[in-house]
Amino acid sequence: MVSIWMIFVVIIYLFIVGYLGFRGYKGTKSATDYMLGGRKVHPYVMAMSYGATFISTSAIIGFGGAAAVFGMSLLWLPFMNIFLGIFIAFWLFGGRTRRLGLRLDAHTFPELLGRRFQSRFIQGAAAVIIFLFIPMYASAVLTGAAKYLAHQFAIDYNTALFVFSVIIALYVVMGGIKGVMYTDALQATIMLVGLTVLLFMTYHRLGGVTNAHQMLTDMADKVPEKLVAGGHQGWTAMPKFGAPLWWVAVSTITMGVGIGVLAQPQLAVRYMTVKSGKELNRAIPIGGIFILLTAGVAYIVGALSNVFFNQTAGKISIAVAGGDVEQIIPMYLQKATPEWFSVLFMLTLMSAAMSTLSSQFHIMGTSLGRDLVEESLNGKKKGHGVLITRFGVLAGILISVYLSYIIDIRFGKTGTAIVARGTAIFFGLCAGAFLPVYIGALWSRGITKSGAIAGMLCGALSSLFWMTFVLEKSSTALLLCNKWFGTRSLAISVVDGSEVLAKTGPFIWAFVDPIIISLPIAALVTVVVSFFTKELPQAHLERCMGPST
Amino acid sequence: MLGIKDPWVAAPYILCILSALLCVVWGILKWNKGDNEEPEEEIRQWAEEEDRVEDEL
Repeated sequence: MVSIWMIFVVIIYLFIVGYLGFRGYKGTKSATDYMLGGRKVHPYVMAMSYGATFISTSAIIGFGGAAAVFGMSLLWLPFMNIFLGIFIAFWLFGGRTRRLGLRLDAHTFPELLGRRFQSRFIQGAAAVIIFLFIPMYASAVLTGAAKYLAHQFAIDYNTALFVFSVIIALYVVMGGIKGVMYTDALQATIMLVGLTVLLFMTYHRLGGVTNAHQMLTDMADKVPEKLVAGGHQGWTAMPKFGAPLWWVAVSTITMGVGIGVLAQPQLAVRYMTVKSGKELNRAIPIGGIFILLTAGVAYIVGALSNVFFNQTAGKISIAVAGGDVEQIIPMYLQKATPEWFSVLFMLTLMSAAMSTLSSQFHIMGTSLGRDLVEESLNGKKKGHGVLITRFGVLAGILISVYLSYIIDIRFGKTGTAIVARGTAIFFGLCAGAFLPVYIGALWSRGITKSGAIAGMLCGALSSLFWMTFVLEKSSTALLLCNKWFGTRSLAISVVDGSEVLAKTGPFIWAFVDPIIISLPIAALVTVVVSFFTKELPQAHLERCMGPST
Repeated sequence: MLGIKDPWVAAPYILCILSALLCVVWGILKWNKGDNEEPEEEIRQWAEEEDRVEDEL
């Protein structure tokens, strides 16, 4: 429902975003400014930008809804996000990435890997992976945001898509990473306030922390039969060990996203935007609190929405939402919170989408402009760095918008299902392709150029193979497996008209996340190939990592 | 614990809070600590020189 208040608040918000984008534009004089904020970004801005980029609308609406179905067992993911994604990431990965980036004068994540292993191929291949696959991830976020805004303002989907994209395009193209990170910090602050208020409202309404949890525990007998068969044991209990739901909760959600975050190029590049290790240390508490009060809250509130709907409608959340997981959080907000809060929460969701999208567009631009055109293809011309990157950003935005526009018209439900897997596919691919090589780049002197190339390619290919042909959620959406082999997953066979899942011990292969397959493969290949191939020159290793001890 | 039946679910609830606290304590203790701001001038010059040579090649 559109109210004067809502329009007024959105206009003020957009003015502030525009002003911050303009400040980014004014402060951008060189390629280092455009790509790394001149390596002098404030720790608050860096930490909030990292968090806001990571937490998109789908993390709040999608994962919040998933928590309403799975229950509080999904809290392992925010724990991983805080401990691994913030503490370990900033402390161990951040400091080394920042130093290596400076020593090699790297401006992007592909450039960091490429220079570290003295390989233009690595830089180009990493950029191609990013540029080809991040539009799907961006399109997933963009489609979700445009649908939400179209519904909120009662406007046409295409109009919402167009207006929303133009606003983000303006400040990303002009303001570069400074525009992106300044607006991210504002958007993260709004998200923090919106979700913290939601947490207090929810616990207050349900009679306090312990009482709310206890009521959820007491609802275990209301779990639908189908979920019980999948291993569900109540909303405050882990799914049965080894059951399909256990695999989804533990491997896809907790490990896939929780570990995958370490190798996200658009996040890793942020370590290189700060001036010193001191800034990274100062960013740790800000990032930790942010993730706790955003991702953590979405999962807790999602799970507890079952108690609210049970009290008010006599049904569990998924039944109230008519089976649509993505509708649970919006419906909960509509029924359980006052009207003024829906305006604040609309800003929260807009902020979550804009902050994730702006970074995705920025990294698409730097991958195309800096890594592919300028560096890999030797198209470097002095003084044209920022211009080429700006064109790259624009190209990335146009592709993502086109995907979001065409997907509904041309491919209908099939297209929407593929785009909905965009986030998971990008996470899976990055983990396999980049994580072992990235760890090797930061810690090991023994990883060779050939080892890094082989590891990266094997990680990317094994991850893609697993997602296209085995992991049932993505292989079903991508359709290729069904077309070629007549089954929606190679790990599912049809016997007498009913599906049989392939199992080995506790492993139900169709539910095992690609990270569990591709990460060991990529790590093993990197190490083995490095063992048999020529080491990088000693002088280069000393330049990268300092003198050996 | 806290109305949560399964200790394997109560654990991440508590761990979320504890790890956020760890982040806060770490930040306070290390507020003014961290590695050097700039790399040595020599290394910077070397990096620039290498870039120039690569461009020329």
